Amino acid sequence: MRDVAIISLGQTDHARERNDVNDVEMLMPVLADAMKAANITKDRVDFVCSGSSDYLAGQGFSFVTTLDAFGPWPPISESHVDMDGAWALYEAWVKMQSGHADISLIYAYGRSSPGDIRRVMSRQLDPYYTAPLWADPVSLAALQARAGLEAGSFTEEQMAEVVAASRRNAKANPHAQLSGDAEAKALLDEDYFVSPLHKHDCPPITDGAACVIIAAGDVARELSDRPAWIRGFDHRIEPNALGVRDLTTSVSTRQAADKAQVAAGGVDVAEIHAPFSHQELILRDALGLGDDVSINPSGGALAANPIMAAGLIRLGEAAARIGRGEADRALGHATSGVCLQQNLVCVLEGE
Amino acid sequence: MADGELLTAELIIEYPFSRTTGPVIGAFFTALREGFIVGIKASDGRVLVPPFEYDPITSESLTEMVEVGDAGEVVTWAWVNDPLEGQPFDRPFAFALIKLDGADTPMLHAVDVADESAMSTGMRVQARWRAEREGHINDIECFAPVDGGAS
Amino acid sequence: MSEITLPARLDDLEMVKSIRTPARLEYDYMPGAAPSRFLQGVAQKRLLGQRCPVCRKVYVPARGCCPTDGVPTEEEVELPHVGTVTSFCVVNVQFYGQVMELPYVSALILLDGSDIPLMHLIQEVDAREVHMGQRVEAVWVPDDEIGPTLESIKYFRPTGEPDAAWDTYKDNV
Repeated sequence: MRDVAIISLGQTDHARERNDVNDVEMLMPVLADAMKAANITKDRVDFVCSGSSDYLAGQGFSFVTTLDAFGPWPPISESHVDMDGAWALYEAWVKMQSGHADISLIYAYGRSSPGDIRRVMSRQLDPYYTAPLWADPVSLAALQARAGLEAGSFTEEQMAEVVAASRRNAKANPHAQLSGDAEAKALLDEDYFVSPLHKHDCPPITDGAACVIIAAGDVARELSDRPAWIRGFDHRIEPNALGVRDLTTSVSTRQAADKAQVAAGGVDVAEIHAPFSHQELILRDALGLGDDVSINPSGGALAANPIMAAGLIRLGEAAARIGRGEADRALGHATSGVCLQQNLVCVLEGE
Repeated sequence: MADGELLTAELIIEYPFSRTTGPVIGAFFTALREGFIVGIKASDGRVLVPPFEYDPITSESLTEMVEVGDAGEVVTWAWVNDPLEGQPFDRPFAFALIKLDGADTPMLHAVDVADESAMSTGMRVQARWRAEREGHINDIECFAPVDGGAS
Repeated sequence: MSEITLPARLDDLEMVKSIRTPARLEYDYMPGAAPSRFLQGVAQKRLLGQRCPVCRKVYVPARGCCPTDGVPTEEEVELPHVGTVTSFCVVNVQFYGQVMELPYVSALILLDGSDIPLMHLIQEVDAREVHMGQRVEAVWVPDDEIGPTLESIKYFRPTGEPDAAWDTYKDNV
């Protein structure tokens, strides 16, 4: 296995609505920040891989135009996944294993504000049985939450604690959209949004973008004082159909964590991509994380949820903790699909 | 921007797609058109509703389709206070996973009750069929509590 | 694939073979800062390009970004309403939503001083006479119909000037 490390992260100040920019204008400064932090200019990038979904903008192939933010001339080696950028990072990592690239730039973006994001996301459902019902991610997450509550897997109090911790942690994150002093007790008193979920159990609607630079071996050491080395990297997927899965546990996360060898060492910090509060509880359990692990110091997806970038940001934030010397072994997780259908786990270590 | 406001324009995308069903999904919708529900036997003998062409665990082709009841039990539910366009109702309702009699897996649909307090996990519900059916998941208008109350 | 066995109740019925799954999604399209500026310019009967600080090329319509250098393009350049045809096609085929009379000409027009052609229509000339290098000028809709849209330009028509020299547009073909 070739040693590859995450060496920088750039991201927008995530916001409810960025109507002042188009996707290219939103991304340009993010790419510039990430490249500057990685001490490179664009001519050193061997491979560009991005994650996004045109359904968010409502324009087919708009992701091709977004490449202007990098400036693909002379022609570049490039790929795109219609998924969260965490999977674009995985693809870049695989490419680098083959020796075909030493430095890769991964970017991801999504603006939820242009359309009705809940209706838009319903298009990922089975087209025969569930998409015609326009079941949206909040309603489906609510089904999952109730199933977990009634199975005794977690409590509403624990869900509220997740939200309170997210808001408090996000105070230290200048890019976060939602932050503040929240108390679980007060949160529990709020009205339900889609019962049993309160609005705060759901992710905010966010426009945002992120960019991560990864580099191999000595190139990473040349460019970064403390690269975050990828020591384990795996992703697994479950069936799309809700009825054939146990929504209260995450088998795919458990498997990915196993393959990524999470348990081979202690985990100082974990950035978990849990758009809904109860999902953080399901995922913590599936990842086998103890109470001593610092969870989502960035605030997580509950503090800012730029769809298609939120997972990449988890990996970048986990790496950033290593880069700053705040952690030695970190875990980044990303999810995709309905109710934690697909999960990716990345284990990072500092030297 | 120095002058002028930022522009926005309405953008509508509309897809009039038809999708071919194949024999398994086609059989499910044919049954709906006729007013009943079918599932398919999985590799381990469980009855999957709605039916899939391949076993989700063994990936074997599945072939044996069986009729199941049109009533069953709510396995989990969510109360939708402010429905979105296209959802089964434009007034509050519940989305639910419903395990029909004879089925081993629950299917997603709507439950029509006046208030959240009428919903409970385990309650028995029955399909309310539309008078005119075409072979579509919406041939079932929704599920409704079976008179006599929940289990 | 094996034969599916069906319950008796489905015997002798005409089977459903497809279902309709219509979907409609509504969005607010936000062109962003530079395109908004460009369209506001069009509403004032001005054609505004932007120059890249690195390669010095002028892009129109302005998009806020140089697509080869990946940097913001902040320097605004006002362009004349005349240019050179770099390529064109004659459309003979009807399509849904078409409003033009057939045949009509769709062309790429390099406005003087810019480095990327603009796409628009060519009228007031026989389609067979349109050619690369032809000099054309914008014909605007009446002042009271002008708005933040490229439809404020009805079409381009030949100016009657001699053709542009190949050297002036060979890099844009």
